[in-house]
Amino acid sequence: MDDDGIKSQAGALRSLRLERELRIMEVCGTHTTEFFRTGVRGLFPEKLSLIDGPGCPVCVTPNDYLDRAIEISHVHGVIVATFGDMVKVPSSYSSLGRERAGGLSLEVVYSPLDALELAAARPENQVVFLSVGFETTAPTEAATVLAAAERGIKNFSILCGNKLTPPAVKALLDSGETAIDGFILPGHVSAITGLDPWRFAAEDYGKPCVVAGFEAGDLILGVVTLLRMIDEGRNAVKNAYRRAVRDDGNVRAREIMYRVFEACEANWRGLGIIPGSGLALREEYFEFDAEKRFPVTPPPAREHAGCRCGELLRGLIAPTDCGLFGKACTPENAVGPCMVSSEGPCSAYYLYGGL
Amino acid sequence: MCLAVPMTIKRVEGNRALAEAYGVERFVNIVMMPEVSVGDRVIIHAGFVIERLDPESAREMEAAWDEYHRALGDDGTTGRPDGE
Repeated sequence: MDDDGIKSQAGALRSLRLERELRIMEVCGTHTTEFFRTGVRGLFPEKLSLIDGPGCPVCVTPNDYLDRAIEISHVHGVIVATFGDMVKVPSSYSSLGRERAGGLSLEVVYSPLDALELAAARPENQVVFLSVGFETTAPTEAATVLAAAERGIKNFSILCGNKLTPPAVKALLDSGETAIDGFILPGHVSAITGLDPWRFAAEDYGKPCVVAGFEAGDLILGVVTLLRMIDEGRNAVKNAYRRAVRDDGNVRAREIMYRVFEACEANWRGLGIIPGSGLALREEYFEFDAEKRFPVTPPPAREHAGCRCGELLRGLIAPTDCGLFGKACTPENAVGPCMVSSEGPCSAYYLYGGL
Repeated sequence: MCLAVPMTIKRVEGNRALAEAYGVERFVNIVMMPEVSVGDRVIIHAGFVIERLDPESAREMEAAWDEYHRALGDDGTTGRPDGE
């Protein structure tokens, strides 16, 4: 889109006049960051608040997952492979990064396939991939398990920490703790899921929803579309990211994901146990389950004193409401995962000034 | 974490393809989108093609804006979703 088009859209957003306070929630870490980075957040009209929801997979991963990963890493010959986002996230007592300094074998990978290649190249080691991520990422991890099975690579396993986003949104709505007028839905999660899994929010809870992309024009279009739907009382799910999201999503990706995984209950930081919100390996792929292959007993998980990431992820507070924000907790020395992840709300507020 | 990068398909080889963006080339897995062909614009997440970018989409986005402005009866520079 040319500059004039963007200026026209920016003008459309800035000139809105809202009759009442409106609170909309985004459920995507990339949106959290991009609303700041593009400056779109600064164009919001008065009375409009954007609440950051549980949309960052790293942020919602509870301490006990990392505690288990670190415990497994102590098993002789184990190499832990992970996306880079996880390295600095504090566990109950340490972090992967700190453990690496103490001798943990840690490989940061761009793709789960890179972890599989590492296992193929190092048959004397056990490679454990930290399988986190939402519906966007889970099919890539499932495809990697299928590739491991097909190639007969026995020294590869995954520690399942994947999560499904619609059940978390439902849990938030069921809690009734946070007033929300509508949702900006995650673009790349929806590229996989399609629109159907979100319809409950509109049809059962009366919350209009818009799937949005990630460029400035996409974000503005998503917000103005949502505000208009709220105004008209149109409780529907609208796709404002058509160039990448089909209404029925990526059927093949879902087929791969559910060939390998099945839904299970999962523990979310801040939200607790949510039924049907996690993914576990199906029985025929148990041999790739790191939790079964390495039956370790991590120490009891604990939360860090003063950390309010849990309340933040439920939309109850803004990052700046936390007493640790920008003082004891900074990106360089984070106490909570919402500050350490590049897509965490605290990190975005810290880096972009909390517009 | 759900960040995805647009790239262009240069070559297809079985279940992988060579993709390019800004002069950088890398092989990507296409098991989730096996119908990709040379010249397609795709989005890549964690080394996999997760979707093809629809070339009609830019027009659809403009159509969505046109619809928005038409509904508000304005000239494209203002809006009033509060129904004033």
